[in-house]
Amino acid sequence: MHMYSAVPEFRVNIDRDRCRLCQRCIENCSFDALDWRDDKVKSFDDRCVGCQRCVSMCPKDAITLTRTPSVMSRHPTWTEDIRRDIYAQSRTGAVILASTGNELHERVVFDNLLLDACQVTNPAIDPLREPIELRTYIGKKPRILELEGEGENVKLKTKLAPKLKLDTPIMIAQMSYGAISLEAHEALARAVVMRGTTMGSGEGGLHKRLYPYADHIIVQVASGRFGVHPEYLDVAAGVEIKIGQGAKPGIGGHLPGAKITEEISETRMIPVGTDAISPAPHHDIYSIEDLAQLVNSLKEATRYKKPVFVKIAAVHNVAAISSGVTRAGADAIVIDGFRAGTGATPKIIRDNVGIPIEFALASVDQRLRDEGIRNETSIIASGSIRSSGDVAKAIALGADAVKIGTAALIALGCTVCKRCYTGKCAWGIATQDPQLRSRLDVEEGARRVSNLLSAWSIELKEILGAAGINSIESLRGNRDRLRGFGLDHTSLEILGVEAAGT
Amino acid sequence: MRITADGLHYKELNEKIFDAVQKGEKEFVLDDVNGQRFIADALKGNIKIDVFGVPGNDLGMFMDGPTITVYGNAQDGVGNTMSSGKIIIHGDGRDIVGHSMRGGTIFVKGDVGYRVGIHMKTYKSSIPVIVAGGKAGDFLGEYMAGGVIIILGLNSSDELETLGEWIGTGQHGGAIYVRGKVDESKLGNGTSQLKMTKEDEKLVRTVLIDYCDTFNLDINEILASTFTKIAPQSHRPYAALYTCD
Repeated sequence: MHMYSAVPEFRVNIDRDRCRLCQRCIENCSFDALDWRDDKVKSFDDRCVGCQRCVSMCPKDAITLTRTPSVMSRHPTWTEDIRRDIYAQSRTGAVILASTGNELHERVVFDNLLLDACQVTNPAIDPLREPIELRTYIGKKPRILELEGEGENVKLKTKLAPKLKLDTPIMIAQMSYGAISLEAHEALARAVVMRGTTMGSGEGGLHKRLYPYADHIIVQVASGRFGVHPEYLDVAAGVEIKIGQGAKPGIGGHLPGAKITEEISETRMIPVGTDAISPAPHHDIYSIEDLAQLVNSLKEATRYKKPVFVKIAAVHNVAAISSGVTRAGADAIVIDGFRAGTGATPKIIRDNVGIPIEFALASVDQRLRDEGIRNETSIIASGSIRSSGDVAKAIALGADAVKIGTAALIALGCTVCKRCYTGKCAWGIATQDPQLRSRLDVEEGARRVSNLLSAWSIELKEILGAAGINSIESLRGNRDRLRGFGLDHTSLEILGVEAAGT
Repeated sequence: MRITADGLHYKELNEKIFDAVQKGEKEFVLDDVNGQRFIADALKGNIKIDVFGVPGNDLGMFMDGPTITVYGNAQDGVGNTMSSGKIIIHGDGRDIVGHSMRGGTIFVKGDVGYRVGIHMKTYKSSIPVIVAGGKAGDFLGEYMAGGVIIILGLNSSDELETLGEWIGTGQHGGAIYVRGKVDESKLGNGTSQLKMTKEDEKLVRTVLIDYCDTFNLDINEILASTFTKIAPQSHRPYAALYTCD
């Protein structure tokens, strides 16, 4: 039977006058979209994913990619994307896999929030000449501080819970070794050490090469418990229980057996070639009480010296869930919004499940304040933090800190071609292929991620200075310094933000 | 070192054990244990702990090396995510015995609860082993990725009642051995009943020699019965579930 055959999304244009036939583009294309035929470079456009590797590597700038003009008839309901998905599913009977974050909803709430600045009355502060504090402590804060002794011998009587000390409120998110390469992992690790912040190990264990950076790494314990053993918990800066992630709330993880190489097998502690399946739930957690049990088991395992985080996806009842998570003893809650990225997720889940981080954050912060337990936990927001502007807005909405994933990968060279699940990343990031991995220079990558963290931190200081605030602490939950525009009344109410002009 | 656990919160009990281990203590006897959780949590090394009473949830969680003997029943999560060592229960175990364990041995004299051996994994030479002398509840060996589970059903009058339903749902590695026959309708998707090979028999015998020795049972009597093996049909049960375009 003849079916409509989709025109390739990209067209590879090779300028024959410029091409000097060096074939570097062919060597660099990991998707086999270029080949050597009849003494010239030939393109196979249907394989091109638009990753820009050939464009960047051509010494003569002879290659450009263009988006193929659509030849399908337009329809507002039956968009081209929807039709393509149906054709694919009618052919295979399978679930459509996708990478990166939500593509269905274009409007970002952060873009409808505006930051404040001082004019005339309370003066702005110049961050280049005056100190502005970005230091952030993640973990439980005591309700009251008790002191003992007198005069010069006053000492703190209250026993403080373990905390993470960060030089900037920007952390790097949980991305597993397996989803990304060892080189990418190490570059991120070096960057967080340089910038006094932390990264996540992801749920795939911690490669021995990362142990020297482990005091800046928060190790993850997910439902598959891959690579979780006493030493892993022992070396880390903190432990994070993964309940859910924004790109696939309620869905388990699944690293295909084909990607379980010798090295991955060693870190995950499973046999080569076997699927690494993370079940949707933790099978020792069916209630808040059970979550408390896992939190406490990890605190026992680390002798109460490390903060225990709990990561959840932003879903409808996120405020009530977060209250439970706080009461379960989590030192920090990571809330991952519906735009959060991933290496692989069913597209239907990625695009349709969960709620925006902005609403989740505001409602969680408010709920914990209303219940008088906001000091009991730190809130960390993640899922599509794109700039220091988003960082500032998230903090003003109530976050203690944010985590970035995709942004850090873009700093490493990711071009967002959205093919992480193929394992063929031409930039050496989302791949385990030794040849592709060698394209990522760990030192250069670390410098770039460190630069990004540094640049955003400087911008944060500019934002704070403009608002006449000299410490990030004073922006936290300070929604008075935000205004909304183009947002309906209910949205403003949930965000706890006044409309612009009021 | 002998500790009376009566009236102690688990934090106090575990701290006493941890502090003593730091000072070089290798052997412990815990009396009057009554529901204290996380005993031997993440404990490493050649340590021996005898528990009198009923230890609470997550006994030996993340443990790497010690041997624990419980003279009584245990609660949920025995050997949760343990790396190596041995846990012997002279009574019943409850739910998720050996959750995600990747090495070591758990011997239970009596019955075990639901989801026993869930997501057990084999890693290199490290093969986790669970043996229960009695019955096992539903979802035995769910998501099992490696290791060995042996259920003997020594107390069941009807061998078809030894196991619960949904055996090995999502199993993609390892093997479950059961004394007697298994009702086909109780198997989860993706698992099959297989005939015992010579290797299987050798493996079961090796494990049971140790087990019978521990609980003073007659191995010949147990091995006189036929055993059934349950194993996954594929190491990649969900390979055809996804499409990329």
